[in-house]
Amino acid sequence: MMRIPQELVGRAAQAVIDLNGPGRYVHWGFIQISVANLVVICLMVVVFVAAILVPFPRHGGDDR
Amino acid sequence: MTVDAGGPGLAAQADLPEDAAQWSARLRRAGVSAFPPGRLLPDRQPAYVASWIYVFGALTLAALALVVLSGIVLAIEGPTWWHLSRVGLFVNSMHLWSVELFFFFMVVHLWGKFFMAAWRGRRRATWITGVLAFVISIAAAFTGYLSQQNFDSQWIGTQAKDGINATGAGAFFNVLNFGQMLMWHILLLPLAVGLLTLVHVLLVRRRGVVPPFAPDPGDLVVPDGAGTAGDIGVDGTVGR
Repeated sequence: MMRIPQELVGRAAQAVIDLNGPGRYVHWGFIQISVANLVVICLMVVVFVAAILVPFPRHGGDDR
Repeated sequence: MTVDAGGPGLAAQADLPEDAAQWSARLRRAGVSAFPPGRLLPDRQPAYVASWIYVFGALTLAALALVVLSGIVLAIEGPTWWHLSRVGLFVNSMHLWSVELFFFFMVVHLWGKFFMAAWRGRRRATWITGVLAFVISIAAAFTGYLSQQNFDSQWIGTQAKDGINATGAGAFFNVLNFGQMLMWHILLLPLAVGLLTLVHVLLVRRRGVVPPFAPDPGDLVVPDGAGTAGDIGVDGTVGR
């Protein structure tokens, strides 16, 4: 089985999200927030909405 | 306390009339009355709990368990291990990311409970213990940043001190005192979060999971013979 060098995996991950540098910020009026925090907040909103809308699996014939 | 010199086993002597007034018997009765086994560890939940939004409390607990377990391993091995060895770096990262998940799940849980007005039905204490656990968890996370034993924690400490001192809390809570911050992070704050979480979960068991708002009778369309809006039970079930 071919082994993928760890450095390659590391570089590929860096290409997706580069954390080696100063953080990026969003400025909107008096609001200033890092992109990382904004992404997390957006993810929480998405998960919250999905938790309400996505049907919960039920056992067949079980009405409780 | 009465002393038994032998005779029947403990089970047989339980609830003897002369023991009923003892603190142990009264405490046991109060405990069983407040938390009968079926309520403490129920097999079923009301129908309305079949929604993903009710899962996030349990997810928060699972993340908290991972936070504590990874923290215990870090405490056993120490900073050189968590900064330099591969396994140490992994466990250190697991500690960080389980905290991230803990807050993520807790915030979604908080939003869900807020929009359900989860303090209804004598559940105010449940709400308040949740709020306190949330606030103390933030303090626990911040003292974690101060306990990393690297330049990052030193930088954060020097940046935090003026703000903390401005509140007056600096008199007894010195963010530049590593030993103090470590003790807050690994003993005092986890103890507080753990106890509050325990009380929170016990209160959920005692009062039950909050039901959704009953629909306005005018909005509820039910077929003939299937009952009316007045049939909605206190647990939120309709006609069952």
